[in-house]
Amino acid sequence: MGNVGAKETPVLLTPDGRRIDGRRLDELRTLQIQAGPLRQADGSAFVEWGANKVMAAVYGPREVHPRHLQQNDRAVIQCKYNMAAFSVDERKRPGLDRRSQEISKVIGEAFQSVVFTEEFPRTSIDVYIEVLQANAGTRCAGLVAGSVALADAGIPMADLLPAVAVGKIGGSIALDLKKEEDNFGEADLPMALVPQSGRLVLLQMEGHMTEEELSRALDLGVAGCREIYEKMKAALRDRYSLAPMSGVAR
Amino acid sequence: MSRGHRPGHRGRGREESSSHPSGDRILVLPGEEVPARGLKPGPGTYRVGGKVYACVLGLLSPAPPVIQVIPLSGRYVPKPGDVVVGTVTDVQGTFWLLDIGAPRWAPLHMTGTPWKIDVGETDRYLHVGDAVVVQVENLDPTGRIGVTMLGEKLGKLEGGTIVRVSPARVPRVVGRGGSMIQSITRLTGAEITIGQNGRIWIDGPPEAIRRASEALRLIEENGHRPGLTDRVEAYLLATTPTDPVDGAPPDASDRPRDPAERDGPSGPEGTAPPFGEP
Repeated sequence: MGNVGAKETPVLLTPDGRRIDGRRLDELRTLQIQAGPLRQADGSAFVEWGANKVMAAVYGPREVHPRHLQQNDRAVIQCKYNMAAFSVDERKRPGLDRRSQEISKVIGEAFQSVVFTEEFPRTSIDVYIEVLQANAGTRCAGLVAGSVALADAGIPMADLLPAVAVGKIGGSIALDLKKEEDNFGEADLPMALVPQSGRLVLLQMEGHMTEEELSRALDLGVAGCREIYEKMKAALRDRYSLAPMSGVAR
Repeated sequence: MSRGHRPGHRGRGREESSSHPSGDRILVLPGEEVPARGLKPGPGTYRVGGKVYACVLGLLSPAPPVIQVIPLSGRYVPKPGDVVVGTVTDVQGTFWLLDIGAPRWAPLHMTGTPWKIDVGETDRYLHVGDAVVVQVENLDPTGRIGVTMLGEKLGKLEGGTIVRVSPARVPRVVGRGGSMIQSITRLTGAEITIGQNGRIWIDGPPEAIRRASEALRLIEENGHRPGLTDRVEAYLLATTPTDPVDGAPPDASDRPRDPAERDGPSGPEGTAPPFGEP
């Protein structure tokens, strides 16, 4: 995004390597994942990641609407990423914009590469991602939520998809940027990993990095993804735990 | 990459397979390596290189010569012979399309009904929104689901309410040898038809419907835990039919109402609209 308005660039990194919220360069924000909070959806997940709050719901496989998108040999994945009007400081004008269309597309394509779509020809798997509160890294939070929701919906897929953004702030490579770091930093590099194969299925970049920095950023991001992966699995385990009935439902 | 399973071929937990959910089965998630120990990858798994991984969330269950994962969630996977509860979503000249909770809508042809219908007269028998009990007859390789209304206890549903549970929970709703459903019927007095697709039709006095739905909600939320039949029976025995509820006689209305009473069966969700005249 570069510098916004006439605001002064804050100090993003102290000399002893602390960030504005006290994190180290390789530290994630707090991440909480809840699997299956919604009743009507086939699968759902709620993610609170730093100050991000993202809800995802999965429907399907079901009949394709509109019909012309139907594929004879596989399911189509229709992903819709949307930011609530109240998700940012200034009211976000509701509805589709170029940014949300792009994010819907790249997230949908990431899912397309892990979901076993051949299993449900002529159907649609619909993933709805609603950003309720945004603080940088919402496409990654959306991927994490959508992926847990897909697993909750019983959709067959090669793996869960952990995702995280790595950036460059104050000249250093840092994991999981928050809003101020994203706004005033030098680069932002969101990525999504297939842990089972080690493949990246989403990789975008904004800003500038040297080749050497990019390679370090990728290593840092992959390590971050593996950490997030464990939390995604823990959330699903929690929902489907086989512990004896404790008396209280949910 | 070789896939262990095919469409419509996933081992959905039937009664025998999920009556001991806690047993020695392990919960696995998509992407987790499973110990194959020489077994071939079966439903719910896939193989890359020499290793076998789970592709659905479910319980690991070795079934020599394959190792499979029995899903704990997901849409209804149709199987020939299943009796299911569906709703009409579209009316065509010679057939209706039914939503039975499967990935696709199922066409019910007019020759598959007990009625003598002329082409173009389908809408005199079933309308969009009507509920029916049908049986899955066949599945073609493209995933089309053939259903029929010819058979015992099949036909159009009048009155009552439809409650939805996860298809993976259906074996628990039935219980071992039908024990669970017999308990619920006996203790509530409701008439219940279970669709293998997780749609359950309940008829009877409002109070019976309410208590039966509540019992089903308990099963839905605790279905993967052991000790369920006892808990459901205990619940139904603890709440006698004389408890005050919405729809009770007018003299009940001056009693202070327990707010918890209103969180009962989850409102309009999952319920079908009342049916009109045929």
